[in-house]
Amino acid sequence: MKKSTKILLGFLFGIIALFWFYPFIIVIINALKGKRGIFQNPLWFTRDFTFANFKTAYQALDFTNSFFNSLIITVASVIVITLVSAAAAYALSRVKGPFSSILYYLCAGTMLIPFQSIMIPLLSLFGKVNFLNRTSLVIMNTGLSVSLSIILFYGAFQGVSKTLDEAAALDGAYPFKTFVYIIFPAVSPMTGTVVILNAMKIWNDYLLPSLVVNKDGMYTIPLKMYAFFGETNSQWQLALAGLVLSMVPIIILFLLLQKQVMTSVTEGAIK
Amino acid sequence: MLIKKHQYLAFVLPAVFFILLIIVVPFLIGIYYSFTDSNGLRSSFIGWKNFEVLFQDSTFLQSFWLTVKFSFVSVILINLVGLAFALIVTSHNNRLTKSLRTIFFMPNLIGGILLGFIWQFIFTSAFQAIAAAFHLDFFKGWLSNPSTGFWGIVILFVWQMSGYIMLIYVSFLNAIPKNTIQAAVLDGAKATQIFFFIKLPQLAPAFTISLFLTLANSFKLYEQNLALTNGGPYRSTEMISMYIYNTAFVNFQQGYAQAAGIILFLCVTIVSFIQLALSRKQEG
Repeated sequence: MKKSTKILLGFLFGIIALFWFYPFIIVIINALKGKRGIFQNPLWFTRDFTFANFKTAYQALDFTNSFFNSLIITVASVIVITLVSAAAAYALSRVKGPFSSILYYLCAGTMLIPFQSIMIPLLSLFGKVNFLNRTSLVIMNTGLSVSLSIILFYGAFQGVSKTLDEAAALDGAYPFKTFVYIIFPAVSPMTGTVVILNAMKIWNDYLLPSLVVNKDGMYTIPLKMYAFFGETNSQWQLALAGLVLSMVPIIILFLLLQKQVMTSVTEGAIK
Repeated sequence: MLIKKHQYLAFVLPAVFFILLIIVVPFLIGIYYSFTDSNGLRSSFIGWKNFEVLFQDSTFLQSFWLTVKFSFVSVILINLVGLAFALIVTSHNNRLTKSLRTIFFMPNLIGGILLGFIWQFIFTSAFQAIAAAFHLDFFKGWLSNPSTGFWGIVILFVWQMSGYIMLIYVSFLNAIPKNTIQAAVLDGAKATQIFFFIKLPQLAPAFTISLFLTLANSFKLYEQNLALTNGGPYRSTEMISMYIYNTAFVNFQQGYAQAAGIILFLCVTIVSFIQLALSRKQEG
């Protein structure tokens, strides 16, 4: 390729990227303005410049609290999902039999069911025994995520040679010990994938938490952002500052773990 | 056998418990619900009536067709854009293409509610400013009109999903052996020939995966719909998931809403089986 075409192409790609990124830019620019500045020109900076919106939005979003609610729910769910699905997948990959096949097909089958097709009975089931809180949200997140996680782990365990298990058994290790100390650590790349996929899904989820923990004090970031948006009464500068705050945690985490996140997302889709 | 029966059970039972409690049991109850007139408090069995009424309910039919139309348009656009992005970021291996990959993927990190609000600002304030500055009526009132409102959700979804689909195409493009392409270049093949005769055929499985991933996701779309248009104006942009939600939790017609949920399930299942059949064919 000639050097001039190469530069031209690079320039073209740069413009496409800028265009793609512009929605983020426009949100940040207008979060840094007063109401008048947004009215004058929402497309770029105006002389109206302030950081005050962030303070107001931070308080209105009860951000520290919402952040930790999101964090607790995400971390607890991801830990339970990872342990439960890794254990099951390990047994499935080592013991072949009718029960294992049934379980595998159960996982593949339940993955087909859209959440909207079970949310009404699920909610009435938990509502009847008055069990709608953060614990039940973690239980529901687990139930909704184990199927895919088991299938992902199953593929990884299949790739770990059974001679490892046999060697450990000869040394007198029980299956539980073999699993915890030898086999589970051997699939840590897949553990990373399962953790990242589920964490992203649960952190961003709105529909399920809105049905289960839609109460003051238990709000996660998306829930609180939705409520706050209704209160801002088209004061976009506040809503946009709230959006920026809400996006910051996951973007920072992504920039730190870029490569792993992109590999995990690809693996989750292809497997 | 290294793992004894009771040990096996200890490994698998927690997972079985969660799947049964959260998915299988509600699913079975849901099938029963769809044959009742439940309002959340009391219910009685009414046979196929919900389904009969659904197929004459213009709001349901409209949201169903809207979802089908939306899925069709988004699937095409997302895959075109995703493939174009994949070709861009694999064209060279330098810092520019690496940061492009990051930028293209970034919208996928953000949850549906936040995405909806971001685009609500763009379609109202930013578009209004463009309309005023350049005297273009095209940019006026996008979310207060059913047809531009529909395209608004499409644009949002394309922005969100293209980077994700790009990654799938990238992984298949990277799997094409380098010397195949080098050999073609030595034989004097043009870039377009390399694309159509070498890259495209290798991408067939990626197409199946991406098509159906996009399809399944667009059928289940809810949060973006809620935050961007909330189904408005006058329920004209209300897609099937939002229809189910509103019918169940706003109008409290839970049996009726569940019947629509069963129809959604059937659609997703049919689509998935077509995919399975297609990818089996590709492998065989």
